[in-house]
Amino acid sequence: MSERRLRILIAKPGLDGHDRGAKVVARALRDAGYEVIYTGLRQTPQQIAAAAVQEDVDAVGLSILSGAHNALLPEVTRLLREQGAEDILVFAGGIIPEQDIPGLKSAGIDEIFLPGTSTKAIVGYLQERFAAVAAS
Amino acid sequence: MAVKDQEPTLLTEKAADVADRSVYKEEALETMAEARQRWEKASARAEAQVPFWKQDFTTVSGMEVPHLVTPEQTADVDPIRTIGIPGEYPYTRGIHPTGYRGKLWTMRQFAGFGTAADTNARFKYLLSQGQTGLSVAFHLPTLYGYDSDHPMSFGEVGKCGVTVDTLADMEVLFEGIPLGEVTTSMTINSTAPILFAMYLAVAEKQGVDIQRQVSGTLQNDILKEYIAQKEYIYPPRPSMRLITDQFAFAGRHVPRWNTISISGYHIREAGSTALQELAFTLRDGMEYVQYGIDAGLDVDEFAPRLSFFFNSHNDFFEEIAKFRAARQIWATVMRERYGAKSPRSWMCRFHTQTAGCSLTAQQPYNNVVRTTIQALAAVLGGTQSLHTNSLDETLALPTEENARIALRTQQILAHESGVVSSVDPLGGSYFVEEMTRRMVDGAFDYFRRIDDLGGMVEAIEAGFPQREIMDAAFAYQRAFEEKEKLIVGVNAYQLEDEPPIDILYIGDDLAEKQVAFLSSVKDQRDPGSVARTLDALKRGAAGSENTMPLILDCVKAYCTVGEVSDALRDVFGTYEEPAVF
Repeated sequence: MSERRLRILIAKPGLDGHDRGAKVVARALRDAGYEVIYTGLRQTPQQIAAAAVQEDVDAVGLSILSGAHNALLPEVTRLLREQGAEDILVFAGGIIPEQDIPGLKSAGIDEIFLPGTSTKAIVGYLQERFAAVAAS
Repeated sequence: MAVKDQEPTLLTEKAADVADRSVYKEEALETMAEARQRWEKASARAEAQVPFWKQDFTTVSGMEVPHLVTPEQTADVDPIRTIGIPGEYPYTRGIHPTGYRGKLWTMRQFAGFGTAADTNARFKYLLSQGQTGLSVAFHLPTLYGYDSDHPMSFGEVGKCGVTVDTLADMEVLFEGIPLGEVTTSMTINSTAPILFAMYLAVAEKQGVDIQRQVSGTLQNDILKEYIAQKEYIYPPRPSMRLITDQFAFAGRHVPRWNTISISGYHIREAGSTALQELAFTLRDGMEYVQYGIDAGLDVDEFAPRLSFFFNSHNDFFEEIAKFRAARQIWATVMRERYGAKSPRSWMCRFHTQTAGCSLTAQQPYNNVVRTTIQALAAVLGGTQSLHTNSLDETLALPTEENARIALRTQQILAHESGVVSSVDPLGGSYFVEEMTRRMVDGAFDYFRRIDDLGGMVEAIEAGFPQREIMDAAFAYQRAFEEKEKLIVGVNAYQLEDEPPIDILYIGDDLAEKQVAFLSSVKDQRDPGSVARTLDALKRGAAGSENTMPLILDCVKAYCTVGEVSDALRDVFGTYEEPAVF
């Protein structure tokens, strides 16, 4: 196939230093054939949105285990919308209480992966999402 | 920092001397070898009839586990010089002659959330329930040297730990807790000198004799921040200078204080194997010793105040072997490589925390069982203090009820299991001694590779431990996804519908309250003292003066964590890691 490889930005919003999950997911997505860009630690929502737009990515994966998800994740999707980049798929993973999930989803986080998720499940989710976009 | 390779004699004597040193006579060794051969045949016959139910009998770290260890295989492990007796070099069997009969381990539950007042209440609750030491979790902005009103603190205030911006918060945190009686461990690294100074200032206000009564521990292990936990601010070298400043200051003024807790916990949580945790942690410790010596300190003056902090994961015997190996290795390197003369410098004293990364969000009550196994390994491994995780760790910070169950787990081990009665009850087990030996040998292999890179700071700058850990984390994830390793409730024995459990919820209104409090503290302080003490700190940091007394002056003037950190950022610069995966 000659089409461009899909690009995914993996980002760590806020001050959370737990990067094991982000890095494992980044490596698994790369192995699954995606082009993966990892922001590194301590990124503000502004930095993440700017990187997503600048790198022209198809999806952004946000990893957060610090409890600051309600403040930081909706800010990323708001900034993407503000920059006309609402077509970028945003998904997240980390330690996020069930009760916060509906609010995050209504703020534009498409899917939230909780502890114990296999990387295959994340790859499967992305394949399905991208296939749906390609078909529409 | 390279050190001339001085091979430890204890660990390099090989088979030639075995017969001489063996506790068995030569004929007995032969009989045992014959018995082993009989067993190998019988085992092979049995396997041919009933194949093993799985192929992979490795530890959770992927370490090969011997099917059976027979006495002649460990006949060269010297029962006196290598295993020894508790309280005697090389301390394989423990640092205290009496084990847990004289004193149980300290039950020290890590706690911190919300405001200083919220955490003060949790501390008092835990102490009222029989906890014997305090352990403070600070919120992320404090760990990174930002105040609650900094833009980077957005969404983080009070979430992952307790909010401390100024001495005023620290006064509330320890209100009504006598700092001359309780020992306190503080998980703080880049900003450790600031929080240490605040603690001393509160103790002074309580009228406690700092020289004689104040005791506790700072984590203060910056090397593992670059390797694993990633809460660094400044580059490695000035960070090492802040640490040696604290060694020198505490050695003179707070002699009962443990100035550093060299930590494998976060290395393991980041995905390392048990062996990597052991090797990188001890090699970090050796780097601090070398920097201390290079800073002109006498090794026997600061080494007795070094302490360690390990993880305890599910694989029971691997963990016990790791703890026993840690003591043996530390004693050996301190005596033989660094020439420490005092037995107190040889002793590896450590805190243990059960493995957060082993717990599951699925069927969370099962986590109590996992934590019990891990805590038991830590106790059989001879830990000096212990934190047991709460069952809701993978969901949120613990509720009061779950924090209590975690503490009760330790109390049941201490008072009901009977394991405290005998010192190192597993010592001399062929299997445990063989696993201990493999841990020791594996750690020395890593030391050689790190020495070849020029030392631990250089190895970190080259990304060596970071890559090793990342590869191990990925290998584990693969084994989990291929179901080579089963995790009950996650990739086996799942439940379709799980009822949610109640969790501790920290709201976002807290930040506003804290920012208002910070602003009132700033209004009440003397701006002249603030400017003067911060300026003195900058000048001291740019020169070679010990920064610790200068930081003490800053915090007493109610300078904020952010202001003091910014003063040091101006002088030292900041560190960014290469974003590789």
